[in-house]
Amino acid sequence: MGALLEIDNLQTHFFTSGGTVKAVDGVSYDVNAGETVAVVGESGSGKSVTALSILRLIPKPPGEIVGGEIRFQGKNLAFCTEDEIREIRGRDISMIFQEPMTSLNPVLSIGLQLTEPMMAHLNMSEAEAKERAVKLLELVGINEPRRRIEQYPHHLSGGMRQRVMIAMSLACEPKLIIADEPTTALDVTIQAQILELMKNLTREMNVAMIIITHNLGVVARYADRVNVMYAGRIVETGNASDIYHRPRHPYTLALLKSVPRMDRPRQAKLDPVDGQPPDLTRLDGGCSFRPRCKFAIDKCKESYPPLEEMGDQHYSACFRSKESLAEIEL
Amino acid sequence: MGKYILKRLIAMIPTLLGAAVLVFFLLRLAPGDICEVRLLGTGATVAQEQIDICRESLGLDKPQIAQFFDFVWGYFIFDLGTSMWTGQPVTHEIAIRFELSLQLAVMATIVATIIAIPLGIISAVKQNTLIDYFVRGFAIAGIAIPSFWLGLMIILGLLVFSQAWFGEPWMPPIMFKSIWEDPAHNLSQLMWPAVATGYRYSAVAARMTRSAMLEVLREDYVRTARAKGMVEKIVINRHALKNALLPVVTILALEFAFLMGGLVVTEQVFNLNGLGNLMVDGVEHHDFTMTQNLVMLVVIVFVITNLITDLAYAWLDPRIRYS
Repeated sequence: MGALLEIDNLQTHFFTSGGTVKAVDGVSYDVNAGETVAVVGESGSGKSVTALSILRLIPKPPGEIVGGEIRFQGKNLAFCTEDEIREIRGRDISMIFQEPMTSLNPVLSIGLQLTEPMMAHLNMSEAEAKERAVKLLELVGINEPRRRIEQYPHHLSGGMRQRVMIAMSLACEPKLIIADEPTTALDVTIQAQILELMKNLTREMNVAMIIITHNLGVVARYADRVNVMYAGRIVETGNASDIYHRPRHPYTLALLKSVPRMDRPRQAKLDPVDGQPPDLTRLDGGCSFRPRCKFAIDKCKESYPPLEEMGDQHYSACFRSKESLAEIEL
Repeated sequence: MGKYILKRLIAMIPTLLGAAVLVFFLLRLAPGDICEVRLLGTGATVAQEQIDICRESLGLDKPQIAQFFDFVWGYFIFDLGTSMWTGQPVTHEIAIRFELSLQLAVMATIVATIIAIPLGIISAVKQNTLIDYFVRGFAIAGIAIPSFWLGLMIILGLLVFSQAWFGEPWMPPIMFKSIWEDPAHNLSQLMWPAVATGYRYSAVAARMTRSAMLEVLREDYVRTARAKGMVEKIVINRHALKNALLPVVTILALEFAFLMGGLVVTEQVFNLNGLGNLMVDGVEHHDFTMTQNLVMLVVIVFVITNLITDLAYAWLDPRIRYS
């Protein structure tokens, strides 16, 4: 049996007056049933666009999936009909967004927003859906669920709203949940709670999850596998522990070094990734990380390095990956 | 909620008083009065005594401040006085026109709403397509075309087409009959001015609906609704529209209040005996009692429309709660 979701050479471009932005430029990864896959990268690396492409939520115009395949249980979501993708949305694949403050509709009750996907996808009656909504709210740790379903989003705090979003995403017992920076907008203490909740629920229900984040701490703790994205491509992919302990790509290395760590002396300076992400309308044929890379050589200019196997399910797209950069540096 | 409404109604009193002061004294700033208009208007020479007698009979010889208190007191004892020109009670004069003006304003609002909201939505959803360009053209034309001109064209069109199709020209009836009395007659008279004024009105509201929808359609919660697999009809009508309606309701309400007193030219074109004409006559004749009370009526309509609009806000948006 193949993977639950297979993304194969996905290309999503935005056609703007300033030129074609190749936001996602040939991304491939798989998600197996029940697995948690993290996608990390800076803002603008194409991680959210990849996620939105899976459910075809890219605003068109200007965005468009121009190539590749997204196979979900054998169906190519990238080019199926509007009706077919709508059947999948919320039913088999659901999504949790970054901003709980704006992702819930301010003028509709929590109950309505929770019950409507169940009524649409599972043919539940209003009463049945309401019963289930109460159970879901209980499940995500919201007190007085019966009162809450009558309330509106503005009655709830940010953390509570994100719990509602999680309940909503679980409503139809999907096979895959895509969480697009689910904790970025929340307080640090709430972040941990929300992540624990998502981890526990997805394990319990055997739901696969794609978690998009720029927080490497999240990756280390919650993900089975990690895809590191830069400028619309995956530059390194592997098991969480490999990525964390044995990074092979200079960008992954730089990212890891830019994170404050509790196990280092407090005086140790942070080491940010110098320079700016590249302009995605003007990519040449070479490696897009080259201008910021300490290890760049002439060869990097000539062609984009392919993903090469570094170990068990560990791939890196750098000509110098084999040289154990981490050891040289650290 | 009841308490809130009561509070708002009480808060109207200062507004109304302010309006009363303004209209009363501004009217009297204009030179001349009704006696001069009536007696000298023909160009004849009239003895000063006659003018004085006329003024005395109308109470215009009293000090202005006393006249003002008479005017305000009238509202407490429900006696608004008599028209200085016709001698009829003002309430009677207004009542016979009020029904027509109110019905016309309501009908124009219905026409406008029925046209504006669907057009605004479709134009926003199909932004930058042929449909959108058509709707925008339709709306710009609606704002640019004066409703009296459109009224003339409608009448002309009715005459020409009825002549062509039925062999004899047909015109909407001129005598007003209440809708309760003779609905067919009433509607065949009022639907044309309602369309003529409703078109401009709908143009303004359609543009507002379009821009509000465009803004709302970009919101995260609309994307959430799509991500849940809701059909587009529900995404638009349930998730987007309810959020976009607040500014549209505001525009509709303001226009409605304006229509109650402001349809002077359209009334002329369709030969309607409405409040607009009454107001023009009142001002022309220096009929202070009539003009004052008409202005106050319009002010009251505005204030009440605002209250209803605020209540509609609370109904549309749960974040707005009054207590």
